[in-house]
Amino acid sequence: MTPLLIAQLVVLVVVFHALLLGAAAMVWVERWLAAALQQRRGPILVGWQGLLQPFADVIKLMFKEELRPKAADWFLFALAPIISATCAFSAFAVVPFGASTSFFGLLDEPMKLQVADVNVAVLVIFAIASMGVYGIVLAGWSSNSKYSLLGGLRSSAQMISYELSYGLALAAVLLLGNSLSLTDLVNAQAGSWFHVIPRWFVFLQPLGFLIFMTAGVAETNRAPFDFPEAEQELVAGYHTEYSSMSFAMFFLAEYINMVTVSAVATDLFLGGWHGPLLPASLGWIWFLIKVAALLFFYVWMRWTLPRYRYDQLMAFGWKILLPLAVVNLLATAAGVLYFGV
Amino acid sequence: MTFFYLFAAVAVVASLLVIAQRNPIYSVLLLIASFGALSGLYVLLDAPFVAVTQIIVYAGAIMVLFLFVVMLLNAPHEETEHDEKVHLLRRPGPVWFGGVLAAALVVELLWALTRAGSDSGPFSVEAVSSVRTLGRVLFTEYAFPFEVTSVLILVAMVGAVVLAKRDSRSGGPSAPPV
Repeated sequence: MTPLLIAQLVVLVVVFHALLLGAAAMVWVERWLAAALQQRRGPILVGWQGLLQPFADVIKLMFKEELRPKAADWFLFALAPIISATCAFSAFAVVPFGASTSFFGLLDEPMKLQVADVNVAVLVIFAIASMGVYGIVLAGWSSNSKYSLLGGLRSSAQMISYELSYGLALAAVLLLGNSLSLTDLVNAQAGSWFHVIPRWFVFLQPLGFLIFMTAGVAETNRAPFDFPEAEQELVAGYHTEYSSMSFAMFFLAEYINMVTVSAVATDLFLGGWHGPLLPASLGWIWFLIKVAALLFFYVWMRWTLPRYRYDQLMAFGWKILLPLAVVNLLATAAGVLYFGV
Repeated sequence: MTFFYLFAAVAVVASLLVIAQRNPIYSVLLLIASFGALSGLYVLLDAPFVAVTQIIVYAGAIMVLFLFVVMLLNAPHEETEHDEKVHLLRRPGPVWFGGVLAAALVVELLWALTRAGSDSGPFSVEAVSSVRTLGRVLFTEYAFPFEVTSVLILVAMVGAVVLAKRDSRSGGPSAPPV
């Protein structure tokens, strides 16, 4: 066991548990903010200010009976939540969250703060996100229930439609950073213009950032794009028939996906771990602050905006978001060619 | 080398099972598994870009559409009972057509395999691992095949639009007024 290997294992374990705890914290934040926005008190009974509420929820789910519809396809019914949760966890593996560090001189050479250093990281995230669709689609089909099936079909149609805009918004940033590695893209955003404005890509790509976040919300099936689980029409959508921990796995996957989309947006548009005041070794604090700010917007949006109608969602994705993303990419390419970034 | 045999075995077994079992949903999933194994082989060849593209394009985009169609038709089992009563050589056109295509593929594979031993030199890792080099080669040396493939996809798109629009011209009840 070399020190480098041990350090990498430590980072792996820390990231895994940070994602689990982050999802739990997000459940609490979401309920607390929802209550604040709707002027009610929310969960305040379990622990201080209800902080232990997510753990109470998990324990409750664990003790529930695992139900399976008689006509369900048992293998796919069991496989679907596993696919969802696995994809959610593995997508974060290639996201860097801090500057290279030697852990107080314990390592000979500084290592990057991320689980896996892949030179096509951006595409890996995109690929894993597109595999995550299968969890939802298979859950919908294997349950053998009309609500689940409709939820699964809506979800696949929605994700196919929004993946295009998502990818095109990504491509514009790749052109600016001239790399497919997230670490390189973050480092391209170091420094500032005129010592005032940080050199973040969001200032060069305001439209791209909006398109990315909109498509990201649709990809994670969150309000106002939460059609796969529109409760007024579909009971609970694709996870109608799920109970106990297999339901919890879908729930966990949704929250981890939110964290991942926010983390990727932070790395691509908000300068990652670069920020004023803090030294480079504490850059991960900036990273956490930016991710938290994006997650706050997620929750804020859910409790403020009503859900779109299904045909509105499709029309918006194909007739507005996609043309905007194409124009944005063309303009960026022309700019890069002209100014030679 | 262990990983090569692992991925190769998964790819071959999954591909065989795609045609060997009857549930179309499982066929689609096994095909995805086969694509995943192929992508693993690309990683072993130091071509991470090709590997990830394989997942995004085939396993991610195309197979979701396949699954979508199979789910919409909701066909739990293939209806082949009628065909199985007929002798192999007397079955209708599609079987013959498939047979001819399979024979062509076998001939091509044999040709490629016998040819590979003689004049294939070592290739530079840089050529496949760098996205920049790959893009440059694709748009210069292989520009013609690339463009022809694009036209092929365009033809499929036009065909899909024609098929979808056919009802509204004849005033069929299923099509909404545009």
